[in-house]
Amino acid sequence: MAGIELQGLVKRYGATQVVHGIDLTVADGEFVVFVGPSGCGKSTTLRMIAGLEDIDGGEISIGGKVVNRLEPKDRNIAMVFQNYAIYPHMSVAENIGFGLHTAKLDKAEKRKRVEQVAGILGLEPLLERRPSALSGGQRQRVAIGRAMVRDPTVFLFDEPLSNLDAQLRAQMRLEIKRLHQRLGTTIVFVTHDQVEAMTLADRIVVMRDGRILQVGAPMELYEKPADVFTARFIGSPTMNVLPGRVVTEAGIATLALGEKPVALPTTVGTVPADVLVGVRPQQLRVLAGDEPADLVLTGSVAVIEPLGSETFVHVEFGGGLILASAPAKSPPAVGAAVRLGAPVAALTLFDAASERAL
Amino acid sequence: MAALSLAMPSRFQPGRIAIWLLLLAGGVLMITPLLFMFSTSLKDASEVYDLRLVPAHPTLDNYVTVLSDGRFLRWFGNSLGIATAVTLSNVFFDSLVGYTLAKFQFRGRYIVFLAILSTLMIPTEMLVIPWYVMARNFGWLDTYWGIMFPGMMTAFGTFLMKQFFETVPDDFLEAARVDGLNEFSIFWRIAMPLVTPALSALAIFTFLSNWTAFIWPLIVTTSKELYTLPVGLSSFAVESQIQWELIMTGAALATLPTLTVFLVLQRYIVRGVVMAGLKG
Repeated sequence: MAGIELQGLVKRYGATQVVHGIDLTVADGEFVVFVGPSGCGKSTTLRMIAGLEDIDGGEISIGGKVVNRLEPKDRNIAMVFQNYAIYPHMSVAENIGFGLHTAKLDKAEKRKRVEQVAGILGLEPLLERRPSALSGGQRQRVAIGRAMVRDPTVFLFDEPLSNLDAQLRAQMRLEIKRLHQRLGTTIVFVTHDQVEAMTLADRIVVMRDGRILQVGAPMELYEKPADVFTARFIGSPTMNVLPGRVVTEAGIATLALGEKPVALPTTVGTVPADVLVGVRPQQLRVLAGDEPADLVLTGSVAVIEPLGSETFVHVEFGGGLILASAPAKSPPAVGAAVRLGAPVAALTLFDAASERAL
Repeated sequence: MAALSLAMPSRFQPGRIAIWLLLLAGGVLMITPLLFMFSTSLKDASEVYDLRLVPAHPTLDNYVTVLSDGRFLRWFGNSLGIATAVTLSNVFFDSLVGYTLAKFQFRGRYIVFLAILSTLMIPTEMLVIPWYVMARNFGWLDTYWGIMFPGMMTAFGTFLMKQFFETVPDDFLEAARVDGLNEFSIFWRIAMPLVTPALSALAIFTFLSNWTAFIWPLIVTTSKELYTLPVGLSSFAVESQIQWELIMTGAALATLPTLTVFLVLQRYIVRGVVMAGLKG
């Protein structure tokens, strides 16, 4: 096992710089997820760690050893690709065993290792099958098996679940998490799905435009996003972000938004006049009658989305729609005028100009 | 009945019938020489100019004569050996170059590809003279290598394979790279098996075109022992004062490998034609 250290990592394609000096330390045995929209540089960064892309600046160390100039095969890493990349002309056993072809092991030992890995992944009955006779989930397991069999120091996953349907994705997510708990190997996992990031990661790295925006534990990112982008990207449904105005008088800051001004806690410090107010739909509730709340917004219900355990309502507010939660069993009717409320502690304030959290 | 008679004219499609008739005529035009070839091979010398399709007195004597002539078997063997060697060479080298052009980024790649493609536009007849000069200068005249060298690698094969390798996802190759394979092993063990249909098509086309090649083997060889079957059969005509029944017998025997290849690999040939058409 080994940790990974990225220092000032840069990647250019011609005149276009796609990764702008990334610094990151991944601890030994840690599960780190790179998340961000398409084109944010997350896969490129992963491929640079793997050695599949040359780096144009900075340094990559794996297990304390600088690997900038090492071939992928000499980095002792294993990678699982988005489209599985299991060889269609080989059986499951051959595919899993393929990673061992350079290992100096005798045939019996190789077979034993393949069977061991197949056992862990539940692939034993499928060893002689060709990939074309496997389901998507089974193929993905074979790809993971091929990575596991070499006993690498680092696992790299490049959007491995994006080709699976929702149910299978959830199942494979669980399996990967259990696998990490069992093996304890360092994992770097790339996804554009924030649910995958939240459920799998020890730490999430949020990327945009080739830069790291924020690194932290899933709940830390959820509760204390560093900027509007992270706030909206992490968490499902997406956080509501509303423009507001802060008035500071005699050292007391008040947010002018909704039915009545909201007194902000003194801990907020110096606040600019124009802010963006973030509030998660789970914390913005439909109020019963004239129930009091710190922040109160009023609007009419446009759409109702019952999810079983809870119901989300889209409410027309300020020329747009905001999302709030309602009791699952007694949601308001479409068109009804509703009051939405949230405690001041549930509000996240961002500078309207820089979009950074305050 | 009224409804039926009304419905009949709507089914009558003159265009379709014309197409079928045209195709039928084309088919007859193509199959007739072949039928005459087999028919003549079963006739004796006196019957050759009697243009009946079914011989009056069918005989296998011509086959006995041709097969007992050592030269025929030698030429058959030469053709088989040369076509096989050229096919193997094409499958390997065309794929290697096609793979390199499809999967590696290097300066001048496009120019190299264009240069290879441009040779497709030069007819064989024009290439024969430089080939001959080359063969003479290198001392390859009247040798097996002399017959084979112009076809050991072809622009068409390279183009075909390049197009196919482009369809192989890079992930396969990168996975193999991470797994520790060197570049040649990635080509040989991973990429090649993934383009088997294209390889079969290339092998079939190359084998057939070399089996029937005539002009170049005729020019480059002078020794009868080195003749390929088409060249040998043509010399048969000159020597034997055009004994058509023997020539047709030789030609009929020469079609056997072609027919076998076609019947066994029909599926791949059709697929190959479709693929070459689509990709070309």
